[in-house]
Amino acid sequence: MRRLSEIRKVQELVFELKVGDAKEQKVVTLTPTTMMSQVRQILKSNKIAAAPVIEHDALVGIISVNDYINWLTQREPDCRVFEKMSHKVVILFEDEPLVDAIKSFDTYGFYEFPVIERKTGRFTGIITRRDIILRLLKAIEIDYSKMELSSYSGGHFFNEMVANEITLELSYLVSGGEVRHGGEVASTIKRNLANLGIHPEIIRRVAIATYEAEMNLIIYGGGGKITVCMDGTGISINVEDSGPGIPDIQKALQPGFSTAPDWVRELGFGAGMGFTNIQNCAQTFEVASTVGIGTTLRMGFPLEIEFNE
Amino acid sequence: MRLRDIVEELGLEVVTGSERLENEVVRGYASDLMSDVLANSQKGDLWVTLQIHLNIVAVANMKELAGIVLINGRRPEKETEERARQENIPILVSKQPAFELIGRLYRFGVSGMSNA
Repeated sequence: MRRLSEIRKVQELVFELKVGDAKEQKVVTLTPTTMMSQVRQILKSNKIAAAPVIEHDALVGIISVNDYINWLTQREPDCRVFEKMSHKVVILFEDEPLVDAIKSFDTYGFYEFPVIERKTGRFTGIITRRDIILRLLKAIEIDYSKMELSSYSGGHFFNEMVANEITLELSYLVSGGEVRHGGEVASTIKRNLANLGIHPEIIRRVAIATYEAEMNLIIYGGGGKITVCMDGTGISINVEDSGPGIPDIQKALQPGFSTAPDWVRELGFGAGMGFTNIQNCAQTFEVASTVGIGTTLRMGFPLEIEFNE
Repeated sequence: MRLRDIVEELGLEVVTGSERLENEVVRGYASDLMSDVLANSQKGDLWVTLQIHLNIVAVANMKELAGIVLINGRRPEKETEERARQENIPILVSKQPAFELIGRLYRFGVSGMSNA
């Protein structure tokens, strides 16, 4: 179903979008007085097969590799591009729909067409098949992101369920010491939240905070459990371990404070940025810890993003 | 700028993600610290690092980075390479040290800030 509607969308777009919307504006151009002996270098260094010849903003012709080769084989003396270029050029107007451009590519088999402003006759760029494809892809992408954003009503998953109270709980076990596998739970949670239609910005924050908490479990906590709890009001994430505990929480919260062993630091962890990252991402954050018993983190996230943040 | 342009210009070896060289590189970020990359990199960044362990894939994936460039000819660990292949994360290898590589990237038009 989705694919059919995509095709229909592209069909509409080739009528809606104009040649001017898709053209390439940054174009290498020559003047009629450019010398033929320079053409090769210009085409070669810009990796192009032809270039429009422009005089006072108006297109006067096109010079191509073919023209250059013809000039070479005739062994004529050097001359101006004006004398060897193609004067009859098939053009497209800015305001023509893309579908016309596509037809022209089929009809003439050319690689590119100059684009002209209808009123003034001014040359404004060129268009290739690639430009058309890129423009269509861009249009489809923009529509997708619009569509996606409108479907992120944050808790739409909850709105569709009927009950007096709904809570969704996902739990994950993290084993201690497995630094290499750090981030697996955070990645999984990220995927799950995406499937639930949570806003990408919320997911981004949850992913960063959970990743840091997961690394803490692995490095310091000897493993533990991450529980994601969602209801119609928000997401709360609990991270608990039965590790050695944190003797001085205030100190542990200071940016840059770390008790990580050297081998952990060498892997690029343990720089004392974890809690800071978590605090920057989570809306609410609490740590409780008892030495010898364990540590619990509680992080809260909204379901909807406030754009004035 | 596409990843492919950078690979060609700087002669990088493509270890994984050869099918994702059309990825658009928005900016660059250089760091060997995971928390720093998590906190400060942006979606679409090309990440320059000397770290070769499995977590770089997780971080690149989580932050939706355009790719990872390893410096000094460092090879990703076997597990890293396998995971990167699964997750479709491009890992590129440069023979140059970080300073040289980043200088060349910058000269080629990759900057670290969107308004630089």
